[in-house]
Amino acid sequence: MNLRIPGSSKNRGPALVGTGVVVFALVVLWQTTQIPVSPLYSKVSPTIFPYMVAGGLLLLGLALIAQAWRGEWGETDAYSDDQPTDRRSLGWLALGLILNVALIDALGFVIASTLLFVCTARAFGSLNWKRDLGIAVALALIAYLGFAKLLGISIGAGVLEGIL
Amino acid sequence: METFDALMQGFAVAITPVNLLWALAGCTLGTAVGVLPGLGPALTIALLLPITFKVEATAAFILFAGIYYGAMYGGSTTSILLNTPGESATIVTALEGNRMARKGRAAAALATAAIGSFVAGTIATIGLTFLAPVVVEFALKFGPAEYFSLMVLAFVTVSAVLGSSALRGLACLFFGIWLGLIGIDLQTGQPRFTFGLVELLDGINVIVVAVGLFAVGETLYLAARHRYGNDEVIPMTGSLWMTVEDWARSWKAWLRGTFIGFPIGAMPAGGAEVPTFLSYYVEKKLSKKPEEFGHGAIEGVAGPEAANNASAAGVLVPMLTLGLPTSATAAIMLSAFQSYGINPGPLLLQNQPQLVWGLIASLYIGNVMLIVLNLPLVGLWVKILQIPAPLLYGGILVFATIGTYGISQSWIDLLLLYAIGGVGYLMRRYDFPAAPVIIGMILGPLAEQEFRRAMTINQGDPSVFLTKPLSAVLLALALAALLGPHLYRRLKR
Repeated sequence: MNLRIPGSSKNRGPALVGTGVVVFALVVLWQTTQIPVSPLYSKVSPTIFPYMVAGGLLLLGLALIAQAWRGEWGETDAYSDDQPTDRRSLGWLALGLILNVALIDALGFVIASTLLFVCTARAFGSLNWKRDLGIAVALALIAYLGFAKLLGISIGAGVLEGIL
Repeated sequence: METFDALMQGFAVAITPVNLLWALAGCTLGTAVGVLPGLGPALTIALLLPITFKVEATAAFILFAGIYYGAMYGGSTTSILLNTPGESATIVTALEGNRMARKGRAAAALATAAIGSFVAGTIATIGLTFLAPVVVEFALKFGPAEYFSLMVLAFVTVSAVLGSSALRGLACLFFGIWLGLIGIDLQTGQPRFTFGLVELLDGINVIVVAVGLFAVGETLYLAARHRYGNDEVIPMTGSLWMTVEDWARSWKAWLRGTFIGFPIGAMPAGGAEVPTFLSYYVEKKLSKKPEEFGHGAIEGVAGPEAANNASAAGVLVPMLTLGLPTSATAAIMLSAFQSYGINPGPLLLQNQPQLVWGLIASLYIGNVMLIVLNLPLVGLWVKILQIPAPLLYGGILVFATIGTYGISQSWIDLLLLYAIGGVGYLMRRYDFPAAPVIIGMILGPLAEQEFRRAMTINQGDPSVFLTKPLSAVLLALALAALLGPHLYRRLKR
């Protein structure tokens, strides 16, 4: 076991995650108190499970904070601070996702997800946006035709979808 | 004999041309997603859940079963040639298989993995055929209290025992149960955790959660950590025809792997990690050339691969007989049953013999298709491995979007998808397992139902869970599984 100085920067992430679990548990607890209970069902109330979940999460969150504080958080390959988070990649991905949510109702699936594809490719280091755009359009059309026509799932209306 | 007749009727269902096509589609798709890093059977089946509204149940499950088995075959190709195990169960395969590939014996490693998968898959499917009716006999005696306790045991084993940290696994389980509670409570009509949103009254769709965690979360993680583009695909070298020595060293490992994998998979604990590691350890102990381990020992590929496939078939036993999913993929298949209005459980075999036996028969057929798809056609899958990361993850997100948007054509579902993706990113970064979330979400509401049933029968007295002997034993086992490893560590110190 690696002993670290409590509160050092390595423990900060895990401690924050543990705190997040505790805050989440408190929200669940608060929301559970808002569930009205009919006296008819008071013995087997619909709040028993929610209370169990809230209580369980609260205890687990506190235990996680304690673990993080002691530096016992099992360091795995998934969590190493040698590599800083790539904010630029995340930024491109976030842009793609936001564009997609914002435009999909107005412009339709094909255009919105084409933009998502191009932004994602950029996030993963592709600089050849013309190629990406071509592949994106083709893939979005294949996905749309496969789901909408072959499987008969409605994917909504849109600018291009109206023509197809 | 009864079982044999039922199986033959299953074959009559599975062998119709349409169902053969569904099986072939499933096996092909399954191998492809197994090969592609970042995609898995749970995600793929979740994306295809909407077909349950269009296609009849038997066909859909034959497709899903093909994907489920196919991904196991495809996963081994990736771990041998890329050394990036797609899922935790193939870590061991990567260990020896990748070393073999580096030594120019990639083809032999792929061959022993595929043939081992076939042998194990077929034997384990035979096991499933004959074990399922026995478990059903036993399970018919279960009341609500016993069911609830069994689910508690499964909860503990899938979240606390099998992962790297009991605390993190359990936190994920509770998060999943909470997600499952969202929406109108069917018994009292009370909305729970809907935050006043009409969209949440029907609950959160499992597609959104599975796709959010497995596709969006994973993509965010890989982009943020720059975990892409560094892996070289080792070219296929050597002959696919294994040498006499390869065969001699492989066949026992296949059988041992099968007999380790199937029983562990069939237990209500599930999980493929334990049997694969156990098989690796056993092969290392028994090998005549233990010095080769770590440098590309063929037994180290043959045994764990067989164990992996056998446990995958084993997982179907509690799933089909008890309605108890012990892996993320099984949980999503369970939600597919629910969307047909079918409740998996002891009555499934009686009420839907066509479906269950057709499904089991198609597993035999799928195994044959898969060995053809994965041995002579392995070159095709190697090409898929060479898709550049920017295009692969762009494509994954496009399919994630269409699968989610297709649920109700609402951008709110997409927003929810990305929010869960954000949670998935944090989970991945801080090593929280995803499977307990999915299992908790699907199994949580069922556990609550059994809990309330048991309580109602017993006039609200919770002692029923301890006074029924079987229920008490199951709860005691769950407690032992929860505290055992901890106490053991304390005592050792």
